[in-house]
Amino acid sequence: VATLVRNRPRTAGARRLPLADREGLLAPLFLLPAVVYIFALVAVPFVLAIAFSFSDVTAGNPSFDWAGLDNYRAIFDDPVFWRSLRNTVLITTITMALILVLGKVLAMILLADFRGKWLVRFLILLPWTTPVSLAAVSWLWLLDSIFSPIDWVLREVGLLDTNVHWLGKSNLAMGSVIAVQAWRLIPLAAVIMMAGLVSIPRDIEDAARVDGAGFWRRYFEVTLPLTLPVMAVAALFGAILTFTDMAVVYVLTRGGPTNSTQVLASWAFFRGIEGGDLAQGAAVALFMFPVLLAAAIAILRAVRRMEVT
Amino acid sequence: MTATDVTSGAQVAQQRRRAARRQIEARVGLYVAAILAAVLAAGPFLWATITMFKQDPDLYTRANNPFIFNRSPTYEHVQYLFSDTTFTTFLWNTVWVGLLVVVITLAVGLPAAYSLARLDMPWGGPLGIAIFFVYLIPPSLLFISLSRIVVEAGLQDSTWSLVLIYPTITIPVSVWLLMGFLKSIPRDVEEQAMVDGYSRVGAFVRTVIPLAFPGIVAVVVFTFTLSAQEFIYALSFVSPSAAKPISTGVPTELIRGDVFFWQSLQAATVIVAVTIAFAFNLFLGRIISGFTMGAVKG
Repeated sequence: VATLVRNRPRTAGARRLPLADREGLLAPLFLLPAVVYIFALVAVPFVLAIAFSFSDVTAGNPSFDWAGLDNYRAIFDDPVFWRSLRNTVLITTITMALILVLGKVLAMILLADFRGKWLVRFLILLPWTTPVSLAAVSWLWLLDSIFSPIDWVLREVGLLDTNVHWLGKSNLAMGSVIAVQAWRLIPLAAVIMMAGLVSIPRDIEDAARVDGAGFWRRYFEVTLPLTLPVMAVAALFGAILTFTDMAVVYVLTRGGPTNSTQVLASWAFFRGIEGGDLAQGAAVALFMFPVLLAAAIAILRAVRRMEVT
Repeated sequence: MTATDVTSGAQVAQQRRRAARRQIEARVGLYVAAILAAVLAAGPFLWATITMFKQDPDLYTRANNPFIFNRSPTYEHVQYLFSDTTFTTFLWNTVWVGLLVVVITLAVGLPAAYSLARLDMPWGGPLGIAIFFVYLIPPSLLFISLSRIVVEAGLQDSTWSLVLIYPTITIPVSVWLLMGFLKSIPRDVEEQAMVDGYSRVGAFVRTVIPLAFPGIVAVVVFTFTLSAQEFIYALSFVSPSAAKPISTGVPTELIRGDVFFWQSLQAATVIVAVTIAFAFNLFLGRIISGFTMGAVKG
């Protein structure tokens, strides 16, 4: 059938082409399902979330009534919200710094050639490929208040008499959350950096060397500008995933002890879903948006710069 | 080379030895770093693997060396996980949700990627970027309003809600990846097919899809993993134990009150972690190249 269709002279006029050949129509038609799906289940809920935050919608009483800034006022009066905001920023910043440094180191290990590389790569990628909530379960046991093997080692060495209670004290619990976030995202950052570093042409650096540029000059004027966008993309991806994650906090500490490890995402969940106050939950979650937007734009700019090189 | 050997053989030999030693030191350093990184990364899972085979009296004695088997290892708790808990139900839920999400993602994503990669459109460029941005919108921003939508759709507490919602995560990434794979196929191939009498759609189905097949397989694996990893939607939409996927089922249902079934819990994490990581490692190279190709204008 296709042959018959094609044998008709193409010059007969674009209008008479069958549907399967009309590119002007096919292009939007092919795109339509994806656009509709995303519009209905991403754009609409996003607008809905904004609307919720100005309403009094609860799980029990879903009728929409305008409530103005009531939710925001209630949130601002709540010290837990400020604590969550501070924690989210703190966890993200420290994790991002760790990702940048250790991700680079890990990327260099993954790029090197050695025996047993497949196994090493497999083990290194485990933290990232495992579902976050399950990885957090294994950490929960590693940091157990009585049977933590870390405590056992510390006791054997003589640094500890009883138990550390990693998740029971607010500072240690925060440290644990940061450790888990960094642990699960460093492999991802390493993979991104690896991909980026491989694609940087070596001859540019060689050319600079031939032109007589010294080590530092080469580093600051050639190597660094070339690797910076890749590093930025890796760090920003890690930052977004840390910033918006609630699984680690939910499984490890449930936001405790006494809300001291609560983050925006988990607080939104406890308010909005467990507490049933959809309006307040939506308002809390929306506080993540400005930071996310900034990070997304930064990623896009970094990707653009990678394209140019 | 031979000339130097003749003139100062001893010196060269010394230099060579020094270079060789330096090389060995670098190798040793690399192996130490690699092993250290692997142990740190896999640490919690290694501990979990030891735990899952331990007997209760061994595990719950604080003075015992936790890293060795003070009593003979047992398979009992792994068996318990499969026979006496809802783990297999969670596993099955994750599998069928994942497969349906893969089907929806490909059905919607493949044409979209082809359209963006090949068919000329006035809005093609901005749309590609818009898709990239959607990928960066996290579930934690949308889960509250989506929970209302799920209720309105009558899917509350049903695993089907995940089948409906997960493609919003997987479609943007997959379109981005598929765009990369499709761009890497030379245009001549389709043009030749069209000269041979296929329509545009025919050329896409008969020549482009088979050629992009390795890439499509990578996208299938990636999509499946993403849907298996998702947590916050599953936690918010689905509360009956039997309808949960592994990501929420294991951390919430295998803990009764304050009783943790530690060995079984760890067995569950290890089994899931190793399976997913194995699939992922097979396709890692291809997934990476898809991401980087997606960023290249073609």
